[in-house]
Amino acid sequence: MSDSHFLQVSNLEVSASINMPGDKRKKIILVDNISFNLQRGEVIGLIGESGAGKSTIGLAALAFARSGCGITGGSIKINGLDILSLSDREKNKIRGTQVAYVAQSAAAAFNPAHRIGDQVIEVAIQHKLMSKKQALSYANDLYAKLGLPDPENFGRRYPHQVSGGQLQRAMTVMALCAKPDLIIFDEPTTALDVTTQIEVLATIKNAIKDTGVAALYITHDLAVVAQVSDFIMVLRQGKMIEFGTTDAIINHAQQKYTQELVSIRVAEKIEQAQPSVRPLLEINHIDAAYDGSNKVLEDVTLHLHAGQTLSIVGESGSGKSTLARVITGLLSPLQGNIVFQGVELSAELKNRDIEQLRELQMIYQMADVAMNPRHTIGQIIGRPIEFYHGIKGAQQRRETIELLDQIELGEKYIDRYPAELSGGQKQRVCIARALAAKPSLIICDEVTSALDPLVADGILQLLMSLQKEHNYAYLFITHDLATVKAISDSIAVMYQGSLVRFGQKSAVLSPPFDDYTQMLLSSVPEMELGWLERILASRKMQSADH
Amino acid sequence: MKVINALSKLCINLTWAARIGLFSLCIFALAAIFAPIVSPYDPHAIVGDVWEPLSASFWLGTDQLGRDLLSRLIHGARNTFFIAGAATLLSFFMGTFLGFLAAVSGGKADQLLSRLNDLMMAIPTLIFALVVLSVLPANMIVLILVMGVLDSTRVFRLSRAVAVDIVVMDFVESARLRGEKTLWIIFREILPNALSPLFAEFGLRFAFAVLFLSTLSFLGLGIQPPDADWGSMVKENKDGIVFGIPAALIPAAAIAILTISINLVVDSILSRTSSLKGGR
Repeated sequence: MSDSHFLQVSNLEVSASINMPGDKRKKIILVDNISFNLQRGEVIGLIGESGAGKSTIGLAALAFARSGCGITGGSIKINGLDILSLSDREKNKIRGTQVAYVAQSAAAAFNPAHRIGDQVIEVAIQHKLMSKKQALSYANDLYAKLGLPDPENFGRRYPHQVSGGQLQRAMTVMALCAKPDLIIFDEPTTALDVTTQIEVLATIKNAIKDTGVAALYITHDLAVVAQVSDFIMVLRQGKMIEFGTTDAIINHAQQKYTQELVSIRVAEKIEQAQPSVRPLLEINHIDAAYDGSNKVLEDVTLHLHAGQTLSIVGESGSGKSTLARVITGLLSPLQGNIVFQGVELSAELKNRDIEQLRELQMIYQMADVAMNPRHTIGQIIGRPIEFYHGIKGAQQRRETIELLDQIELGEKYIDRYPAELSGGQKQRVCIARALAAKPSLIICDEVTSALDPLVADGILQLLMSLQKEHNYAYLFITHDLATVKAISDSIAVMYQGSLVRFGQKSAVLSPPFDDYTQMLLSSVPEMELGWLERILASRKMQSADH
Repeated sequence: MKVINALSKLCINLTWAARIGLFSLCIFALAAIFAPIVSPYDPHAIVGDVWEPLSASFWLGTDQLGRDLLSRLIHGARNTFFIAGAATLLSFFMGTFLGFLAAVSGGKADQLLSRLNDLMMAIPTLIFALVVLSVLPANMIVLILVMGVLDSTRVFRLSRAVAVDIVVMDFVESARLRGEKTLWIIFREILPNALSPLFAEFGLRFAFAVLFLSTLSFLGLGIQPPDADWGSMVKENKDGIVFGIPAALIPAAAIAILTISINLVVDSILSRTSSLKGGR
């Protein structure tokens, strides 16, 4: 271990102590014996599932631990200075000036009541590193460097006046503005669309190269981390599983867990031919708007056969979820109609009969808020059984247990509350609630996007095996193209409220592509070194051609 | 046995402030329930001189007619507890139901209910109560109804605000998509998630109801003599203060202790239930 290393983390341990029944305090180790070194200009990627301790390590580099937790062992040296031994005042001085933090949700990290520019230069001014004038001009340089539009005036805007991708870049500017030596990126692109993610990734990579800072890059997406980092550390349950250069991890993983992560590929569904019978669901020329004037959906026409999966894919704001709201009856369309099982559905929810409601179930993105936190799992799943089929008491409990077995959870969960379940388990319960109605169509609104890749994979496989067994039709709304490729029979690509492409999976995913589909497909990060550069270069060439 | 176990567990986990509050509330409640047994004299009988000081025979002295103050205080607790409690319960049943209904229905129904509520709140509560009570016959039912209805406007505001946040959650939308009726959504989906703020408000409102009842009695529109509640006892004895006689301060202190005790208990329960939220 030479002293030339700029950041030295050795034997780091972070733990939380919780109150156990009977006044005992139990120590839970969140991060166990982590050591690594980093030089200037290098990037280390921390990767793992949620709860693996990635963010905890990132925050520890700021000499900070979340409330209830504490750094209980090891040392963190920046430029040879052990930051854990500093007083709170001195720690505060380091934060923002030597070490900066870029959070996952830029929208939540910016104060909506202040202009972006004022917030970006705040750290530099507060620590008296530069005068306000200097800071402003430096920030303007950085806006330009990170490719933000109209850099001279960008800082005068409020956070709600720029897009999510721009805000995330502004957050990077904020981190860079005080000229720190180390930046911690905590899932900076996770909340972004693939097409936006690629831009943000490129700017982050350039910014690191230009300013020569060291960086910790935290993410759960191995394909993303492969593009920006020099080293990768794989974490699981607070322990280091594997550490090596990016090339070594991606191409020659030693540990089984890493190999699993690298090789996540959902079993691909074999596309079913479109039968010649009348489709289960027909969406005819739907126009919809929330306030009467701005159309969110324009002339959308789709159809879905029984027992098949239709994926609707597009960026946020493309109208995918609005389409789901129209189908379920939460939003009345301005024009067009929806035919379900050969019968036209009433535009309004309250005019639909209970059988129609039963046949059409929905699963939400955020399983956390899709279940009443005060109901037990048994109540949550049991209610549709009672409501639609009138089954009560012991029989209802038997059917609930049957459903719990189907979603691979089992009887012991029946009296628990949602808060006692993990993210993947919660989503399984939501699936069981939809199944309890015995529907013929299930709308899945981004059901896997809040989950870790391995867990999401499990959910998708469950959905597919259920489809095989019970012939459910799925309307799958997602922005994740890997999921789309895996599970669909037909695909609809949406962009700004209208349909760009619709057809059988094989037809949609094979050339010739329209411009938008081409861009969407090429934006999905691939687990391959140099992918980012290759894509950006080919895009540059294309735009030069035009 | 189970109940006792649960209770003792609850007591162990309570903070000291909450234990003190709970203890004095228990004393008050027991005194009110067993009033005829524990009070040393008949509350309406004149048993001594006017405004006698504290002594072994009259622990808290006598009032302006020579009645035992302690006995009147104990019997008065019955009125204070019952009327304030019933009025607060009424205001909560009305206020939360209408508030949740407004939040769940939205649109025109929400506007109608909310504006009607604003209209009620625009009139000062005390003046409203004075006008209504001076017209209607003065009995306990009317008093409870008037206090309950007037107080329900505050509860309406709170419960609507709480419910509006819950109504937009996916689990409510999912219940709607299932075809559930409004009543189910109100009582099964929203109510369990709104309990902790409502509970906190209940304690506060009860304390305010005690004070409001005392104010009304003080003004002569609450409990009618010779019955007494703590507020009217302050009124009856207020003239003594000029002569340096503390008889008016004793029921006033009882009101203060009751109010503080309720708030101590509610504060601690609030911190417990809000930490129970877990997932939210």
